[in-house]
This record gives sequence, structure tokens and C-alpha cells, in this order.
Amino acid sequence: MASVILPAAPSESRPGRFGIYGGRYVPETLMAALVELEHEYEVAKADAAFQAELTLLLNDFAGRPTPLYFAKRLTEQLGGAKIYLKREDLLHTGAHKINNALGQGLLAKRMGKHRIIAETGAGQHGVATATVCALLGMECVIYMGDVDMARQELNVLRMRLLGAEVRGVSSGAKTLKDAISEAMRDWVTNVRTTHYLLGSALGAHPYPTMVRDFQRIISIEMKQQILEKEGRLPTAVIACVGGGSNAIGAFYEFIPDRQVRLIGVEAGGRGTALGEHAARFSGGVPGVLQGTFSYVLQDENGQIAQTHSVSAGLDYASIGPEHAALHDSGRAEYVSQDDKSALDAVVKLARTEGILPALESAHAVAEALRLAPTMPARDILVVNLSGRGDKDMGILAQELHIQGA
Amino acid sequence: MAIQFAQKPGLVVYLTAGDPTLEATRSVAIAAIDAGADVIELGVPFSDPLADGPIIQRASERALAHNTRLKDVLALAAEIRAARPSAGLVIFSYLNPILRYGLTRFADDAAASGADGVLITDMIVEEADAYLAEMERVKLAPIFLAAPTSPDDRLEAIATHSKGFIYAISRVGITGKQQSMTSDAAALVARIRRWTELPIAVGFGISNANHVAQVAEFADAAVIGSAIVELIERSTPETAPGAVARFIKGLRQPVTALAR
Repeated sequence: MASVILPAAPSESRPGRFGIYGGRYVPETLMAALVELEHEYEVAKADAAFQAELTLLLNDFAGRPTPLYFAKRLTEQLGGAKIYLKREDLLHTGAHKINNALGQGLLAKRMGKHRIIAETGAGQHGVATATVCALLGMECVIYMGDVDMARQELNVLRMRLLGAEVRGVSSGAKTLKDAISEAMRDWVTNVRTTHYLLGSALGAHPYPTMVRDFQRIISIEMKQQILEKEGRLPTAVIACVGGGSNAIGAFYEFIPDRQVRLIGVEAGGRGTALGEHAARFSGGVPGVLQGTFSYVLQDENGQIAQTHSVSAGLDYASIGPEHAALHDSGRAEYVSQDDKSALDAVVKLARTEGILPALESAHAVAEALRLAPTMPARDILVVNLSGRGDKDMGILAQELHIQGA
Repeated sequence: MAIQFAQKPGLVVYLTAGDPTLEATRSVAIAAIDAGADVIELGVPFSDPLADGPIIQRASERALAHNTRLKDVLALAAEIRAARPSAGLVIFSYLNPILRYGLTRFADDAAASGADGVLITDMIVEEADAYLAEMERVKLAPIFLAAPTSPDDRLEAIATHSKGFIYAISRVGITGKQQSMTSDAAALVARIRRWTELPIAVGFGISNANHVAQVAEFADAAVIGSAIVELIERSTPETAPGAVARFIKGLRQPVTALAR
């Protein structure tokens, strides 16, 4: 492994840095917009009226708070730790992505930017963004890799119905990474009128911090709910990690509670060779991709590697910089579950609890299925069920050989 | 420093190294210098060139199809330096290939290759402490981009840290050709002038003698990228050097001659 020399002296106190990770590595043209966004976000964050409007929409439009559900039959069948599911899948549009889309949508409106662009992998962030743009009356352009458009077609149709323009991206592997590059090219070109509504805790500062803040509501509710139901904190919180927005949202409030294990689940894909998976912590090295310094799957020449996952939302070569810091400090653990385990977990949860998880979230469920039987009955696992699986019916029917009409 | 703009306007020529082969890039670079290019920017191909338009994206794909590496680009720089000792030579790259190579090792090897400067597309001045220290150690010129959207405080920092020349981006957007120069460019150059005596080169979208003549009115040099990369795309490795040489000679023709 090549030794990595940092591009800048790391500083904990520097805004946008998580340990040595994070920062801003973008074309100069974007810097003014990033600085403006950082400033406007700080002002909005402290503005009670902004927070009240966001809370109202999160509650009445999106459906917060989401339940913390005790999966009784699943727990009994596995015979170990109690399993709770944080039901982000019940949110309007079907995933946690709406939390961040509402926050940034309101912020863009406040900044006077009426054109919104976004990338999407599984389509959940695209649908959430298209929904918020419809709600707020803003122009919406979504970039999505051609491969992802094919495998998440239902979400493409939803975005178009909502009035968004979906632009296919045919470069590279035609997946999430390529959609982000194309969205950044649009942003560089239209930066004066456009807000880039980035969907994960990725990219240049202030995105990783801002997206985390908008997703933090997950762990705020989770902590309160588990204390009400169990009178104590969970043994572990488990979440899938693509870019890492649902995971950082689910982890954040528990970071100071050292006794709570934080477990991020990456996509193990279909093999351990470079290109066959999206497990950044087992195959990646620190580097810069799309604006931030974090772990990156890359070859020995610094070219970004191809990735594979059955779930489009986890199929990405880098990971949010705060996760990189949590990994290095040992505060969070990162494991991987492969395509097959995720598919098995979909079936298991559907048939045991009547809940169809998104393929992304199924990776977290798979880790809970593995872990729970190894733990005593008094232990508590909270799985962040970040999204619902309706969007995946095409892939599921194909992979699981389910017959239709 | 070999970065000099003897004629006005100076010409900076961007080439994606290894497009379509390293040998072809060497021949084209030498032909470009002989035709009047003052500085060659040797682009390191990258898998995810998010500041580039389709023309340079395709060039990067062609160069990566046969695995052009940073070390190959540095070896190519050394060959060009040996062949044309007085031309300006800049290594132009995204950050990640340099990080993977090792910043210190890169600085040593880039300096040893005979390059004069380095431009990293996704490196901004605030993040550049270690990079600037390495460039200073090996006496290479760090060249930063300045954008029409950059406020004055950023332009001051960019001017303070740049050496060799300052690369002023003519318009907001990605690389690629355009029909006409925007008023953004002249205004940007005037703002940068307040902070520096360095030459200012204007790039992005400059593709003909008309554009070059316009740039000559307010800046020291014009950067030609996509127009030449597209010309190489349409040529064979055998015909590309001649085609690029003719194109570059045409860029300095007086506009009045064109008008006639």
C-alpha cells in the first residue's frame, strides 16, 4: 500500500474536517458557492423560523417521528438479542432521503436558488428531491447512471411523474459515482442559479456536516424511543453505508455513548476482488474523490475503481469522511454483507415481519441476522431500516425467481 | 523558470498525455512547441474528470484504455524537456493520482523530469499547505486556477500562492469549446491584475484565432485545450502533429487578415 501524504496539514478544529478526512477538493469555480452555502446554512441552522418550518414539514409532510418497532417474531426465531427496527422506510417517498431533501430544499429557497440538481443511485434521493421541488415549486434535474436507471426504473418513472427531468449518465460505470460527476459538471456551469442538493454525507465541506445534521433526527428519535421502551441504550446500532447518510444519522447521537457499538455495513457485492464490491474499508485507501478526502476504492495508479453491489444505493467507490474518521478512531466498526446475504435478508424480513426492506437496508438487516444469535437475550440491536423495497421489485423478481402474471 | 511568454499573446497548449499513445503525445507536443506554443500542459488522465467536458473526458478514456500512469507522464515530460529545453512544461492533474503516487515522491520526480510547474484541478489554496511546501522545496511553480466566481479575497490568495502564471478561467463551466468569449474573462483578468505581476493566461473555450485575438487585448496568454484535443481525436497519430502545428500557427494570425 502506498503511503498517503496528506494534501494539507490536518486539523481537528478546521471546519469540514473529521480528523484528517473531509476538506474541500473542488474546482475553484465552485468555491464561492460552497462558502456561500456554508454561511447560509450556519445562519439558517440558528434561525428558529427555519427550524420550525423544517420540523413542520418533517412531521406533517414526511411523517416524522418514525416508529421504533420491536421485531418480535424475528427476535424469537433468531434466539438472541432483541431486534428493533427504526422505520425510516415508512417516511413519505420511502426512505430517509426526504429528511435531507427537505432541509436543503428549504435552504435553497432561502438562498434564492430556484433550480435544483441532484444525483441519485437507487433513485430514492432523486425521488425525495423531485418531491421537495414539486412541494416548493422549484425546477428539478436529476442525474442518474444508465445502469441504475434500468435497475431502478420505477423510481425513474416516479421522478418524471413528479415533474423532474431525469438525465441519464452514460460515462464510466454508469452508476452513482458517474451521476455525481455529471451533477458537479452541471453545478460548475450553472452555479450562479443552481443549488446542488447532494444526497449523501459526501462531497466538499459543508455537505458532509450539513447532510449529517439533517439526518441526525434519526438517532435523536431512536435514542428517545429506546429509552422509553427499554429504559436503557441499545447494545448496538446497525446501518448500511453507501455514502453514509443514513448511517451517520443513526449513529450521531450515540457517538458519546461509548458502550453503544456502532456498526456500519458496506456492500460486499459478489466477491473480494477490486471491482466486485463496494467495501471501502477492506479494499480502499485514503484519497480524494468528488471533493472530499476519505477512503477510496482505487487502483495502484490512483484511478478510481469500478464497484459492484446488487443495491444501487451502496454501489459507490468512496464513503463519507466522518465515517472514515469513526473507522480510524475505532468508535464505529465497519463490516460487509454480500449480495446474496442481502437478498436472503429481504426474504427473511418480508416473511417474518411483513416488512419489505430496500436492498440497501437489507445489508444492515443481514448483519443483524448474523449478529443477534451470537448475543445474549438481554442485548438490544437497533437496525436503521433506511428504506422500503418496493422500488426493488424488478431486481427481486429476477434474483429470487418470483413469477408475475 | 522556463515559463515565459515571449510573444504576445502567449500560447499554452493542453494535451492529455497518452491520447492516443505516449509516443503520439510526444510528437504532438514537440510539433506544438515548434509551431509557437510557449507552454505545454501535460494532462494526467483520470478516471473521473469532473471539471472536464466530453472532449477531454473521451481523451482521458483513450489514454486510460492502455493504462497511462502518472509515472509515464513524468517520463514523457522528461523526453519533451530533453528535446525542447526552453519550452515551458506544466504537469496538469487531478489530485488523486498524485496522492496515490505520494506527494513528496511526485514533487521530486516532477522536478527531475524538467517540468517547470504543476496545476492540480481540484486543489484550492486553502487545502494546499503541504503541496505548496513541496513545490517550494523542489522549486516547481504551483499554478492555481482563478474563476469568474472567485471573490477578491480568494483572488488575492490565489495570486499570492501562484508562480509561473495564473490560469484565469474564461467562464463558469467545464472545459470545452464555445462560440464567443464572455465578458467574464476580461473582468476577471482585471481583478487579478490588482494582486499580481505574474503573467495571466486565459483558458476554457478558446478555440480559434478570433478568441486568441480577443484574449490578447486583456491578458498575456491563451490556453487552448479541447480544440486541440478534438483535433487529435479526429487525426491519426501520424497526421496529428502536422494538423496541430497548422492549427497553432493559425491562432496567431491577425484577426484583420481573417476578416478579409
